[in-house]
Amino acid sequence: MSELTAQKIPVTVLTGYLGAGKTTLLNRILSENHGKKYAVIVNEFGEIGIDNDLIIGADEEVFEMNNGCVCCTVRGDLVRILDGLMKRKGKFDAIIVETTGLADPAPVAQTFFVDEDVQKNARLDAVVTVADAKWLSDRLKDAPEAKNQIAFADVIVLNKTDLVSKAELAEVEARIRGINPYAKLHRTERCKVALADVLERGAFDLDRILEIEPEFLDAGDGHDHHHDHDHHHGHDHHHDHSHSHGGLKHYHDEEMQSLSLRTDKPLDATKFMPWLQNLVASEGQKILRSKGILAFSDDDDRYVFQGVHMMLEGDHQRKWKDDERRESRLVFIGRELPEQMIRDGFESCITT
Amino acid sequence: MKQFDPGEGASIASITDKVRPLAVGMPISSVHFLGETAVFVGAEESAAIVGADGEISRVDIHGGAVLCAASDGARIVTGGDDGKVVALNAKGEVSVLATDAKRRWIDNVALHPDGAVAWSAGKTAYVRSGKSEEKTFDMPSTVGGLAFAPKGLRLAVAHYNGVTLWFPNMAANPEFLEWAGSHLGVTFSPDNKFLVTTMHEPALHGWRLADNRHMRMSGYPGRVRSIAWSAGGKGLATSGADTVIIWPFTSKDGPMGKEPAMLAPLQARVSAVACHPKHDVMAAGYSDGCVLMVRIEDGAEILVRRRGNAAVSALAWSAKGSLLAFATEDGDAGMVEL
Repeated sequence: MSELTAQKIPVTVLTGYLGAGKTTLLNRILSENHGKKYAVIVNEFGEIGIDNDLIIGADEEVFEMNNGCVCCTVRGDLVRILDGLMKRKGKFDAIIVETTGLADPAPVAQTFFVDEDVQKNARLDAVVTVADAKWLSDRLKDAPEAKNQIAFADVIVLNKTDLVSKAELAEVEARIRGINPYAKLHRTERCKVALADVLERGAFDLDRILEIEPEFLDAGDGHDHHHDHDHHHGHDHHHDHSHSHGGLKHYHDEEMQSLSLRTDKPLDATKFMPWLQNLVASEGQKILRSKGILAFSDDDDRYVFQGVHMMLEGDHQRKWKDDERRESRLVFIGRELPEQMIRDGFESCITT
Repeated sequence: MKQFDPGEGASIASITDKVRPLAVGMPISSVHFLGETAVFVGAEESAAIVGADGEISRVDIHGGAVLCAASDGARIVTGGDDGKVVALNAKGEVSVLATDAKRRWIDNVALHPDGAVAWSAGKTAYVRSGKSEEKTFDMPSTVGGLAFAPKGLRLAVAHYNGVTLWFPNMAANPEFLEWAGSHLGVTFSPDNKFLVTTMHEPALHGWRLADNRHMRMSGYPGRVRSIAWSAGGKGLATSGADTVIIWPFTSKDGPMGKEPAMLAPLQARVSAVACHPKHDVMAAGYSDGCVLMVRIEDGAEILVRRRGNAAVSALAWSAKGSLLAFATEDGDAGMVEL
């Protein structure tokens, strides 16, 4: 982590559909004996049973930036609150933003991409989504917000696992993986999760985009699934169905998918960068998250990027190691992604 | 455009040796003069009062961050994250004017020359004038800024997508000036003819109040956080660029169709501006800690403070224009007599 990044205050965004257990997790974070002090931005005062003078009520006010981009929305209240909180720098170690159950996490994340003052002082650490093991499968069918929150997550706390059978748990996990195979998933009862698993994740830290492999059911199922998962993401199946690989069910969500691309051949930066920028400019409303590690021709550095809708940030990360495979990998998570168009565009950026 | 480096070059007139350093000992967010007494408002909890003799006394004003401050020359009113609206005078006497029932943050305060005070918490704006009881008004979204009109009891309230003009003592519906985006600060021109807001995006927006004609003032590299009317309201000086940007307001059209003056370029952003109350002279503070005095007519510069570690966060002239005070985000402060 660069020195500058280290000085910035990490901000964890806590989402989750109504009743999933966000407040439980928040109370756990605040009451655990970790020696850290958190400033918490909440929407409902009074639900938190901890005495803390750094709990701030927010109004979740979203406004559109005047740059002609309809999905370029930011949380104005967050800009204001972070500005005020910075006056008390040194009095707290990190910030947690709790969103309402029906909120779209995108405006919160975008606030960190577009606002210069916010960027100067704070950094987005991760989007943590609390999901209800018993009801999530239903919500994924009838609540677009719930699906959004799962798709957007870096960390998913699958809560209330004690209220479901093993089979039901496998089912809901497969549903989650059908939407977002990249998030870290933790199974919990009453949100009992190690704080290190939800805080200080560095999920938006370009320096820490090391691995973007799918995270299939790594949370304690004992199976080793580190074979190539690409074949799960060929979207030639356009209906909701499941199929098995070694006893694991795999779902494809009809609406929300992830798409992964990779190549061993170097990419042409002069073609790739304009392609990526055009892609997010034209399809950014559909693309919730994007990430990539890139190997360009005539470039000894790894290039990394990440994006939220139309906003991208990228940088040279470090030199490729001698024993490292120079492979480019990209992932997109989004809604009705134009898969063939993205694949074709990507192919055209590969040097021949 | 000429560039110079005040950190090294000796090519500029300097009064740095006349500056009296002040050990205020805390990060400062604004400074105000009450007569000859300078009051430095800290980012948290306290204010530092500096008398003519240079003696510094600290006064506790809030139980947390000080989020906003305004002065009418006789007192300073501040709002804090402790939900309190507090008044402070030159003697260091503190009085609590209001406490938010839900301990919400007091985001903005404004003062009227006749003694009325306005503040906001969330979407609600409050006005207390004379002996009449407190009036409140709920805005469509969180209040970004407050300003009293120079004439009459009229309050401009900036929020999302525009400004509400409210006469607290009249039953009439408030007027709404619409412009898309988030408006964070607001000011009336001293002649009461124009209203200007600072926006979340790096731009100002203005209205000519006679016909509500729009004025777009954009082109800044960064958000405008500090604005000041020059003597007689001839121009509006602004921060946000690597020069001081001054928009002309001398004609009936204001800055419409005109280019702003760009003075005192440095390789740092202007972070604070303050205009002399009588002469066409202003002071500018920069993100590198440099402070310059600038003659508006020709851009001639005098160095007041060399660059340091932190950005200049506070800058003010005394009402007579004989004293200039400044402070930085990391608590370096000073005063110069002219």
